Amino acid sequence: MITLTVNGLHVSVEKGTTLLEAASFLGFPIPTLCHMEGLSPYGACRLCVVEIGEGPGAKLVSSCTYPAENGLKVRTASERVVRTRKMIIELFLASCPQSKEIQDLASAHGVRQQRFRQEHEDCILCGRCVRICKEQMMAGAIGFQGRGEMRSIGTPFGAKSEVCRFCGGCIYVCPACQLRCTYNEPEKAVCGGCANLAPPCLNNEKFHDMMCYMNPCVACEISK
Amino acid sequence: MTENIAALIDKEVFVPNGQEIVDAKDIGDILEKYAGARGGLIAILEEIQNRYGYLPETALRVVAENMGISLVDVYAVATFYSTFSLQPRGRHIVCACMGTACHVRGAPRVVEEFEHRLGINAGETTFDREFTLETVNCLGACALGPVVVIDGHYISKVKKTGVRQLIDDSVKGFDRIRNGEDKRIFPITVSCSRCNCSLMNNRKTIDGHPAIRISVASGGQHGRLWLSSLYGSPGRMIEHDIPPNAVADFLCPHCHGLLIGHENCGECGAPMAVMIVSGGGMLKVCSRIGCRGHMLDLA
Repeated sequence: MITLTVNGLHVSVEKGTTLLEAASFLGFPIPTLCHMEGLSPYGACRLCVVEIGEGPGAKLVSSCTYPAENGLKVRTASERVVRTRKMIIELFLASCPQSKEIQDLASAHGVRQQRFRQEHEDCILCGRCVRICKEQMMAGAIGFQGRGEMRSIGTPFGAKSEVCRFCGGCIYVCPACQLRCTYNEPEKAVCGGCANLAPPCLNNEKFHDMMCYMNPCVACEISK
Repeated sequence: MTENIAALIDKEVFVPNGQEIVDAKDIGDILEKYAGARGGLIAILEEIQNRYGYLPETALRVVAENMGISLVDVYAVATFYSTFSLQPRGRHIVCACMGTACHVRGAPRVVEEFEHRLGINAGETTFDREFTLETVNCLGACALGPVVVIDGHYISKVKKTGVRQLIDDSVKGFDRIRNGEDKRIFPITVSCSRCNCSLMNNRKTIDGHPAIRISVASGGQHGRLWLSSLYGSPGRMIEHDIPPNAVADFLCPHCHGLLIGHENCGECGAPMAVMIVSGGGMLKVCSRIGCRGHMLDLA
């Protein structure tokens, strides 16, 4: 058994447990994006950063891939962690603003602006689909290709895959596929239509079937 | 080998834009060499690329099937490294450096000239599959910029006006260019860095030029060593029983002073002997018997 400290609380965990698992065992919430139960840890999104160590030697590590060590002091919500997390979410907003999952994260962590050049990617390269295809579906039909700016996910040679069984698992786990409510400013990173407490979605039928990024939504709470 | 691969072998695949036929037997031989070795994928892909000049789709399928890894993983490796090409490449690979140092010294104009002369854009292959023009971000030889690598030969300080000659040379083959015609091989005259006596020996000639004579000593053995005075030529003769790979002391035959420098050989790490080149500069030769490491320091 390994004993470590998470936010000042002592916890004993099995060898091989990750910091993310240890923190969730104690009930400390750590946001994740590329992490998924049943898939191997990947550490791509860096959203689950925590601070380990003390003083000037303290460093940020991704908790989903870092194994618990004896005597480790972990902080899951220090100022530095929160600041880094907000920056990561802001960068996700810059590349993929139409994703409901990312908008939910932005809402939950109080990210109200996006200061980078706005892009509209349809993939954040979290690798969830690649891992579910390989590890759960045992197919290996899609994978990463290219490098750096050219990195993308697809089938070899861009041809229809011979091993794909059309299970739809990749789409099911994709955090970028589920679209957000766009309100009337689809180009904007954070719409904020509901945040000003004069929500247009209450009186406008157009928005009834749309998914809202507010979690929970003030307007929906009022209407209930 | 499974039946699937046998089927692939029977089905010879014609590569578009070329006459090359992918022979899966060749690939089978390469795979056999690395059989059982985990992590041999990159080495296998390198050998296939050496054989065909690029990575044919069929070859990747055979590799994936045989190694028991999925095609996506092979494809991911093949697309990740810029060494690998999935498109057929030309017989001669022209690789121009576009790093910062080369860029400010006029690399874009050199690349432009190559593009104009070959009639292709950077990254493309000529229609007759003779030339492929590539650009890289840095070759690590910034002091020599603009640098162009043609078929593995590094050419320094390339000018726009020299591009035509380089293309002609590469068609002839750089290895076949004789001494004297290649500007990178030239005769030098050297003297001792201690007593300044000439080390040239007119009675012995290597490559048709007077040789450089040096005394060598290692482990109680003494002898004489003659080096070719053509800079860049590997020609050398030795007259003693010093075993190969031993590090020897290089001595001046006149003053018997040790010709020792402060630098170590970039190829084997042994100390380099230093001689003065008439006209300015220092010649540094690796003191390990058998090592060809040498350099000219004009600073």
